[in-house]
Formats: sequence, C-alpha cells, structure tokens
Amino acid sequence: MIKRGYYDGFGGAFLPEILVATFNELDNVFAQAKKDPAFWEEYKEIMSDYSCRPTPLTFAENLTRHFGGPRIYVKREDLNHTGAHKANNVMGQGLLVKRMGKTRVIAETGAGQHGVATATMAAKFGFKCTIYMGEVDMLRQRPNVFWMERLGAEVIPVLDGTKILKDAINEAFRDWVKNMDTTHYVLGTACGPHPFPEMVSFFQSIIGKEARKQILEKEGRLPARVYACVGGGSNALGIFQGFLDDPVELVGVEAGGLGLNSGRHASRLASKDASIGIAQGYKTYFLQNNDGQMRETHSVAAGLDYVGVSPILAKLKENGRVRFESATDKEVIDALSMAMKKEGLIPALESAHAFAQAFKEAPQLSKKDIIIINQSGRGDKDIFTIADAFNDPSWREFIKGKAEEYNA
Amino acid sequence: MLESYLLKKLQEKKILLMTHIVLGYPNFEDSFRIIETMVNAGVDLMELQIPFSEPVADGPVILHANQKSLAAGARVERCLDMAEKVAESFDIPFLFMSYYNILFKYGVDKFTKKMSDIGIYGAIVPDLPPEEGDAYLKAMTKNNLAPIFIFSPTTPDERLKYLASFGDGFIYCVARKGVTGKNTSFSKDLNSYLAKCRKATKLPLALGFGVKEKKDIDFLKGKVDIAVIGSETIRLVDNQGVGVVGDFIKSLKI
Ligand SMILES: Cc1ncc(COP(=O)(O)O)c(C=O)c1O
Repeated sequence: MIKRGYYDGFGGAFLPEILVATFNELDNVFAQAKKDPAFWEEYKEIMSDYSCRPTPLTFAENLTRHFGGPRIYVKREDLNHTGAHKANNVMGQGLLVKRMGKTRVIAETGAGQHGVATATMAAKFGFKCTIYMGEVDMLRQRPNVFWMERLGAEVIPVLDGTKILKDAINEAFRDWVKNMDTTHYVLGTACGPHPFPEMVSFFQSIIGKEARKQILEKEGRLPARVYACVGGGSNALGIFQGFLDDPVELVGVEAGGLGLNSGRHASRLASKDASIGIAQGYKTYFLQNNDGQMRETHSVAAGLDYVGVSPILAKLKENGRVRFESATDKEVIDALSMAMKKEGLIPALESAHAFAQAFKEAPQLSKKDIIIINQSGRGDKDIFTIADAFNDPSWREFIKGKAEEYNA
Repeated sequence: MLESYLLKKLQEKKILLMTHIVLGYPNFEDSFRIIETMVNAGVDLMELQIPFSEPVADGPVILHANQKSLAAGARVERCLDMAEKVAESFDIPFLFMSYYNILFKYGVDKFTKKMSDIGIYGAIVPDLPPEEGDAYLKAMTKNNLAPIFIFSPTTPDERLKYLASFGDGFIYCVARKGVTGKNTSFSKDLNSYLAKCRKATKLPLALGFGVKEKKDIDFLKGKVDIAVIGSETIRLVDNQGVGVVGDFIKSLKI
C-alpha cells in the first residue's frame, strides 16, 4: 500500500489497522468502476430513471430583474428524489455495494438528507440500513427522522461529543470496525479517508457536467461565477468540477452562523479560526483548539456545521482556484425568504447560504454576466426551523393543536 | 530499551500485565493514585492515554473517560506534566496512547523530544498506519522511542510482516473486530490468529480488547507475552471507585 489520496498535502488515509483491508477492497472496487465507461452509463441511467436527472437549470427571471445585474440561473438539485444532491452519491455507492456483495449499509447524517437518501437506496437495493444522527440534529430535522424510519432504516441517536454531524461520523466508524464483512459505510460527503473524497466527488461531478452543458445550450457562453454552499464539500465539488478548467470564478459559501467574530460558526476556510489537523481519518483544516481538540460549531443549517472540510477544497483554497465566503444565519433566512417570494423556489437552509452570497455580490456584476447558484436541496425538511425563524403564528397554533390531540 | 526490559521481565514471569488509563479521568489527582495503586499491585507496564475529542477506535467506556477528562479541562501540557511526574516516581515503563492529531498539533518533533526528556518509552497511535507515519517514525527513532504498531484479525499475513518491520518494543494485537471495551470470547478461535501473529514477528506480543479477568489471562499464557487490560479498570473505577483497583489487579495473579 502506497501513500495515496493526497491533494497538495491534504487528505490521506489515517486508518485504524482493523479497517485497512476494508479500505483496500473499496479502493479497488471503486478504481475499477471509475475506469469502466459502462459503470458511468449504468449510474447515469439509474439517476435518470430513479431521480429525475438531468435536473433542470432554471433561469431565475424575477431575481435577475430584482438585482438588475447578472442573469441568475439555479441548478435544481432539490428536484432529485429525496430532495437533495445527496442521492447522487448514495446511488453511486449503492452500485459499488452490490459489486462488493455486502448486505448492509450504514451512514451518518446531519440534515437528514443523506440519511433519507441512504434509506431509499437501501430499500431499493434490498440492504439493511442503520443511520447515525446526532441528538441535536434529530430534534431540528425531525421530518427526515420520520422518513428514514418509515423507509425501514434504524435511526440511532448519537449522544456523545457535540451530538451533531462529526459525532455521528465517529459512531458510524465504530459500527463499521465491527461489521465490515457485511457492511459498507456510505459516507455522505467528500471527506474522510481516501478513497471517500475522490469517490464522493466523482459521483457528484454529474451536477457540474450537466450544468456546464445546460448553460452552454441556453446561453452559448460560460457563467462568470458559480456559487455553492460548503458543509463537507460534496455539492460544491460536484458543480465546481464542471468548470475547473474554465475561466469561471468558483465561490464556496460556508456557515457564518452568528458571525465570523462570534466564534459561533462553521467556517473552516473563510475564517481564520481553523488550522490544519488530522481527524476522522484525513488531513484538512479543522476548527480545533491549540491542543488539537475539536471545537463546537454552529449553524442554522444542520448540514453545514461540520468541523472539517473536504481535503480537495482545502487544496483549491490554498491554490486560489476557489474563493471561500460565509453567510450568517440571518442573511440565510433573508435569502431564503427572497427566493421563495420572488421565484417560488424553496431552498434548504444549507443551499440558502449559496443564494445569500450570490445576492450579496449580484449588484456588483454586470448585466452581461451570468451566475449559477447550486440549489443543493429543498427546504421542506426545515419546516420547523424556518417556521421558528419567521415566528409563524398559524403554524404555531397548528402545532399546539396537534400536541393537544396527541395528549388527549 | 523497551524490548530488553520486557524480555528480562519475561524470564521471571510467564505473562506480563499492561494496563491503560485516561489521563485526567476522573481527575488528575485520582489518575496519579490509580497509577500508584496499579504499580504497587504489580503491573509491568502502562499506557497513559492523552484524551482526544474524537477517539474513534474507542468504545463507550474509554470514550466517556476521554470526554469527561476534556470537559474537566484536561490540556495536553498538563498530561505531559503528569506523565513526567509518574515516570519519575515509578520504576516501570510508561507509554503514551493517543490519536495522531494530539502529536501533530504539538509538533511531532517537539512531542517525541519531550517524551524522551520525561522518560516515556514509546507510543501507541491507533489512527497512524506506517504509510502515514514518515515524520513520526523518524522522530521516534531519533529519540530512541518505541513506536508500537497494531495487528488485527483482518490484517493479511504479508501486511503483518510489513507492520512488524516498523514496530519496536512489542506488537499490540487486537483480539477482535470492533472497538475497545466489548466482550471477547477467549476460545480456540483466537489460537490460529495468535499463531499467525507470532510467525510474523520476533517482537513480544501483547493482546488487548476485552481482557478483563483472571481466566482470560490464563488463557493467554504461553500464547502472548503481555495481556492488556483497558476498559475494565475504568469500568471498575466508574462503578466502585479508585479504592478497588489494587485488589482487582492482585486478583489477576500475574
Ligand atoms: C441540502 C444540503 N446541502 C448541502 C449539504 C452540505 O453537504 P455538502 O457540503 O457535502 O454538499 C447538506 C448536508 O447535509 C444538505 O443536506
């Protein structure tokens, strides 16, 4: 085994010995699939048949008029089955699980989108399924917990650590080190030990391939900028890969939480608060203290409050190819509101970070420019959080009534 | 250094006992008392775990000890001070056990130099395979410290040899799949695995994960050189307090 999975010094595979053989197997199966053109065709076919691909690239006419600047397009990953780009990665890994002959899948989830996608894949392919989810996230993304359970998955609350995404990843690893013979761990983002960053990015690259083709069809030219939110980095890498070799500015938007100076955020690349470290099996920028202990993070979006970030994005930050910004919770709620009122789009709180940054920059761009916002998912899952943010009175009454009904 | 100590000890005893504690758990004063008790009860060597916020290879017992130690404010510097005091006070080898980020953030060169200065013999870093360990291996060698590598039941024969080529002091064999602190069945099934481990290296072998009572250790006699007790003593301290540790170690009659 040689040193592999490095992106200008980020990445690697810091594995406990018990998992080395499992990763070798995965690496081999993935490498074979990746170089087999028939595999990509099979993948594309299943994504079109089961998940509405290619997803549309929607022209946002009203927003364009509102800002009076660039022509704004939205890549509609929300229209995937289960409502987010997570389906792309999950179905791809599902095909690999079939090749490996394993019968059970496990996954971590933050927003619950990756968990729901994994649960549907497991149902479709006939795998057993266990999802680990931090207790804090279970409470704020309750609709997705419901769907995972209805889909036949077992959802295990994680009560350790900060009780959010990173802690769910730890628990999934603890399951995997015991059950690797039957079980594949479907990691949900472009993080973790090699080959996960490469593999997840590979499956998500379908977003960028489509988006590039679509914008050339519609406009005959490339966009000036592409915006995507960044949790672990999978939807961002997905769309960015379509434009890496083009003169297109790529903007990754991290969770600004209560503001970069508040200490309550999850901006690893846009803030100065993160430093290079090694955890969860790979080397990247982490929000950690001087001892190397991971810090608490915060975001209104459960899918963005992760302590680490894709090693591939860490490289693209260092070499200047991607610009990283952040949007605060408040800016995100405002952007969400505007996307709904002006376009009838309902972005997930995660995706609304990309909208928020695009809205901040749109007034400075010219009418001749084009921008694309990646709408990584739909906001239905966030109904409780969004209702609270808007302090929606009739929703509140409804919930009270429902509670009384259950109490009766 | 470590290996020759172990070989000498093995002339007196059939099997040696290594125990594990998490520094700062339940607090630093008790950590010291537990170590003192263990040494007095006849433990041959000890792993001192520097707590980490993401201990992925550890099960609930050690995980919670890590979390509680950190929640009570344990810092790496304090752990190093404690290790220094312990190494000065007691005449057995002490090793560090921690995850790689702790060494990396401190600076691998600085950390290993410090280990050598305060009299620590070696380290177990479960998330650092040799492939990722260039800087660590160089620094350990330079400071005359033993990097302890891990064999697992899923490791192919060829890789056992590869791992052993980087190891020093002894090899830590994990008894089964899974994390620390769960039950292991000490049965014939283990024999062929241990025989494979033995064939792969001339270094002494330690076996850990699930060792918790005299009959487990009796089973291991003649098969490995060191029995490792990890979660069980923490569980005892959790349930019955620091006072029972000495009697427990004596009950193992090593
Ligand atoms: C809708 C949506 N967008 C974005 C993310 C963030 O993940 P990533 O950065 O891997 O795309 C999540 C994660 O849960 C999500 O559910």
